[in-house]
Amino acid sequence: MDWPAILLSLKLSSLVCGFLLLIGTPIAYWVTFSRWRWKFLVESVVALPIVLPPTVLGFYILVAIGSQSPIGRASAAWSGHGLAFTFEGLIIASLLYSLPFAVQPMTVAFSQVDHQLIEASSVLGASRLRTFIRIILPLSMNGVITAAVLSFAHTMGEFGVVLMVGGNIPGVTRTVSIAIYDEVQSLDYAAANRTALLLLLFSFAVLSVVYGLNRKSWAVWPLRR
Amino acid sequence: MQLSVNLQKRLSANFALDVKFTIPSGVTMLFGASGSGKTTLLRCIAGLIRPDSGQIKIAEQILFDSDAQVDVPVRQRRVGFLFQNLALFPHLSVVKNIEYGLDGLDRTHAQQRTEDILKSFRISGVRSQKPSEISGGERQRLALARTLVTDPHVLMLDEPLSALDYVTQSQIIEDLRAWNAARDIPILYVTHSQREVFALGERVISLENGKILSQGTPQDVLEAPTHESLAQLAGFENFFDATVVSISNDSGTMLCRLDGAKTEVEVPLSRVEVGSKIRIAIRAGDIIVAGEFPRALSARNVVPAKIISLRREGAMVIAEIDAGRRFEVHLTPGACQSLVLKPEQQVWLVIKTHSWRLVAGTMGSARRR
Repeated sequence: MDWPAILLSLKLSSLVCGFLLLIGTPIAYWVTFSRWRWKFLVESVVALPIVLPPTVLGFYILVAIGSQSPIGRASAAWSGHGLAFTFEGLIIASLLYSLPFAVQPMTVAFSQVDHQLIEASSVLGASRLRTFIRIILPLSMNGVITAAVLSFAHTMGEFGVVLMVGGNIPGVTRTVSIAIYDEVQSLDYAAANRTALLLLLFSFAVLSVVYGLNRKSWAVWPLRR
Repeated sequence: MQLSVNLQKRLSANFALDVKFTIPSGVTMLFGASGSGKTTLLRCIAGLIRPDSGQIKIAEQILFDSDAQVDVPVRQRRVGFLFQNLALFPHLSVVKNIEYGLDGLDRTHAQQRTEDILKSFRISGVRSQKPSEISGGERQRLALARTLVTDPHVLMLDEPLSALDYVTQSQIIEDLRAWNAARDIPILYVTHSQREVFALGERVISLENGKILSQGTPQDVLEAPTHESLAQLAGFENFFDATVVSISNDSGTMLCRLDGAKTEVEVPLSRVEVGSKIRIAIRAGDIIVAGEFPRALSARNVVPAKIISLRREGAMVIAEIDAGRRFEVHLTPGACQSLVLKPEQQVWLVIKTHSWRLVAGTMGSARRR
């Protein structure tokens, strides 16, 4: 079994999951409560990675962070190397790729908080931030946990984007799903089977946790209410 | 402290709120049917909805002024708002719910205030429980306590007690009165229950379709309705179009004929002319049924009639009676029994002149304001 690849995937997923909670929470809050008329455009952009082929997303990210791009040049000037085919580049790509899986469950959870509670909070003198921290967030905990679990698992299983942006450098950008691909390419079906089974069990466990935690707030299946 | 409100807010193509009033401290009932704009008005005062124009003022403090472009944010208005569904924070204990509004206070002071209000609203016993674990009456008192602990400058209650039984209601109202005896702030209490208006209000503002219909004491507003829909709310079951036949200025009465019938009734004088079309109303409980023709009576209207149907409803019998036009009359079961009333029976309806009310239906001139 390709343990370095598994460890790399775990490290990548943990970091992406943490960052996504930080970035996704304000985005989800804004999407839920903004009354801007063009809000749906932002929602579409956030949801794009769900429908976009990973190779398309990966290609654009590669171009965006490549050595010719402003981001790539800034990175080269700051850290001495570009972002393409590095672990940092992989993190950026994964953040974009998994963003909807963090934002959507939280948006659903925030919008399910009884609006009157939010009004009651502001009538009682609380600021928006305090209302969010004391009322909205605690009442949306299931959604936040779902967001964390799904973005972690989704990053764990990504393949196309990683291959486009990270390539296949052992110990740097070679994640577990790419390891499986390699094993199959070299006709080592036994190794591929072991790794695939591990991922399968992992995915099953993750989904069980999500569905067990909350049965209504977000699901891969259509909402039933 | 007094609350002055003058605001306009258009909510849809055919509904606009347009009110102007000033209320002193004490309880003012805001009375009206659902959809009359009561809740919208409260939400405007609280700052949850922004009026299109106008001014809202508590004592000398301006909360909203469209001309001066003042719009104090909700959280700085110091208004108390008791929501219809209470809006208790379900994940916080009773104590934490109350402390929520005391964020700006130092710890010991906040604790003191919380303890005091827990005691005066008799919910110290359930202090560490969640709202879902306490009784309906306790939840109501908790919501009230959570609002009052912040020392609001005006208190608004949106049909707060409609879900409670009468005994619990009156206890809570007593708590509220006791609390306000020391504070003396204006309290706006929304209701569509006539009983609550009489039980609680020192003043009533009645609202219809976004406008103030009338204001004054509960007696003024409810006993002499000047508009049909308000009359219906206030328990007038019988409405008739009628034509004025003669006017007697000396006795302050006029005779009018119910349209579509030969029946003539004497009603209080109004500023109308002979031949005017008017609309009159009478409560079903204000009509007396006589089994035989009554003599030596002060009531001026004795109308022959025939019983159509009798229907028992709770402790009351509802009789449908044909007196040229169809009347609804409320009787006690005892009265019904002793008169041996049955359908098809000939009876006489006895109605005092001043039990009739003129309501402005088609007639603008009958409106009293």
